[in-house]
Amino acid sequence: MTTTAGPGKVMSIDEVVGSLADGMTVGIGGWGSRRKPMALVRAICRSPLRDLTVVSYGGPDVGLLCAAGKVRRLVTAFATLDSIPLEPHFRAARQDGAIELTEYDEGMFMFGLYAAAHGLPFLPTPAGLGSDVLRVNPSLRTVRSPYGDEELVAVPALRLDVALVHMNRADARGNAQYLGPDPYMDDLFVKAAGASYVSCERLVDTSDLLKEGPLQSLLISRAHVAGVVETPNGAHFTDCEPDHRRDEAFQRLYAKAAADPGAWAAFAERFLSGDETAYQDAVRAFREESPR
Amino acid sequence: MSPTVAAASRAEVCAVACAELFRGDGEIVAAAVAGFVPMLGSRLARATFAPDLLTTDGGPVLSAEPAPLGASAAVAEGWLPFRDHLWLVLNGRRHVVMGPSQIDPYGTMNISAIGDWERPTRQLLGSRGAPGNTRLNPTSYWVPRHSTRVFTEKVDFASGVGWDRGAREIRAVVTNLCVFDFATPDHRMRLRTVHPGVRVDDVLAATGFEPVVPDEVPETRVPTAEELRIMREVLDPKGLRDREVPA
Repeated sequence: MTTTAGPGKVMSIDEVVGSLADGMTVGIGGWGSRRKPMALVRAICRSPLRDLTVVSYGGPDVGLLCAAGKVRRLVTAFATLDSIPLEPHFRAARQDGAIELTEYDEGMFMFGLYAAAHGLPFLPTPAGLGSDVLRVNPSLRTVRSPYGDEELVAVPALRLDVALVHMNRADARGNAQYLGPDPYMDDLFVKAAGASYVSCERLVDTSDLLKEGPLQSLLISRAHVAGVVETPNGAHFTDCEPDHRRDEAFQRLYAKAAADPGAWAAFAERFLSGDETAYQDAVRAFREESPR
Repeated sequence: MSPTVAAASRAEVCAVACAELFRGDGEIVAAAVAGFVPMLGSRLARATFAPDLLTTDGGPVLSAEPAPLGASAAVAEGWLPFRDHLWLVLNGRRHVVMGPSQIDPYGTMNISAIGDWERPTRQLLGSRGAPGNTRLNPTSYWVPRHSTRVFTEKVDFASGVGWDRGAREIRAVVTNLCVFDFATPDHRMRLRTVHPGVRVDDVLAATGFEPVVPDEVPETRVPTAEELRIMREVLDPKGLRDREVPA
């Protein structure tokens, strides 16, 4: 018996997306244009899924899902491409009134995940008080400290039906590792969800996990993971250090196309009309014709 | 005699004004997320009169020495991933510099959306950390293009709270034209200094409300020769500061 024995949780991209249902609340890990599970996001865009509530520190995951008409409501603190400040598809969706928005402060959002991850109904925070975040989220309540007089925002648990995260390494049992400089909130997303799916740059033997990173890089435990899928370059075009950096040239192409419906149709035809293998092939072809 | 030094560019004046934001802050994190100029300013402050400041290399690394713009830290002294930034907001040992799309006379600012939030005419970033930052941390602002579109009597959405909405401390606003503070009885924005070559009337014409204007408005401090050397040779040899603020 090797250490990878036991009930494997390895799935295909389509099996992961096939386990989702219309109307679900889907949390997406990463941050902005960093370590997003883009292969899974692309597959959702190709699927018939609809009416999703997407919970994300938003980047091009949010943009692509908006462009594909998959989003009924977005829960976020921002949507950005980082090196390009504004996300064009998110902007268009908002300006067209195509999506509903729950807009939180970044810290409120983290507390919502934190509460859900730990089975708490809410967590109190002063963040948000006095701001219009409370005005546009009229269901938010405040609480008074039982030990003093402070009024605090009671951030409700951000419970997720499903979480999707992309990690650098994982084993077949669903233990997952980040090797870059920031875990983002991926462990919180996973713990806040009823079912979590991990895509990874590379599946490895359990006994190999610590060859590339220290013990504390094992961010996600199999106890919280329903399925794992190997998607090399699967965070493309977002950053996935140290496996690959953000593909800035491709991101510029994306952002330029996203700002213009005609250009977007051509971009979608070229890159998004096939499966993940076709996408990666098209990206390779793009790289070859535009040397950097 | 000091050697001849080319006169400071407007961007360099702005960077020094941003450095001054951190004077006296002590051993806290300078989170100058608004752009190259405040980032340069925070690192310049650390390299000169505020050596206890903690600064990042633009990522989650707290650098052992002020890092040049765009470079990774040569030596790390700490780790500050996003989650710890968000905890640090609550902890309070942090002074943030953000870039408002709109800001009102009491420092309430908008980075969320222009127009009606329900269906904006221009969707912007979203609130990001502005609500918590302003409530819990000393906060300053950087405006690289001072205009009546940015300085507005009312903001369309209060992402960050001002003095009249329970801010911890809105310290100052540095722009490409001037520095505002809030040193007035009701914390209304006050013109503190104008940059060399800028007239008070230039500022007022570019500001969509009436700030408090003292009888005498001094000029913004110009960089010392040593500050210019550090900016030009050490912290920003590529001149990113001048891209953000055209001369």
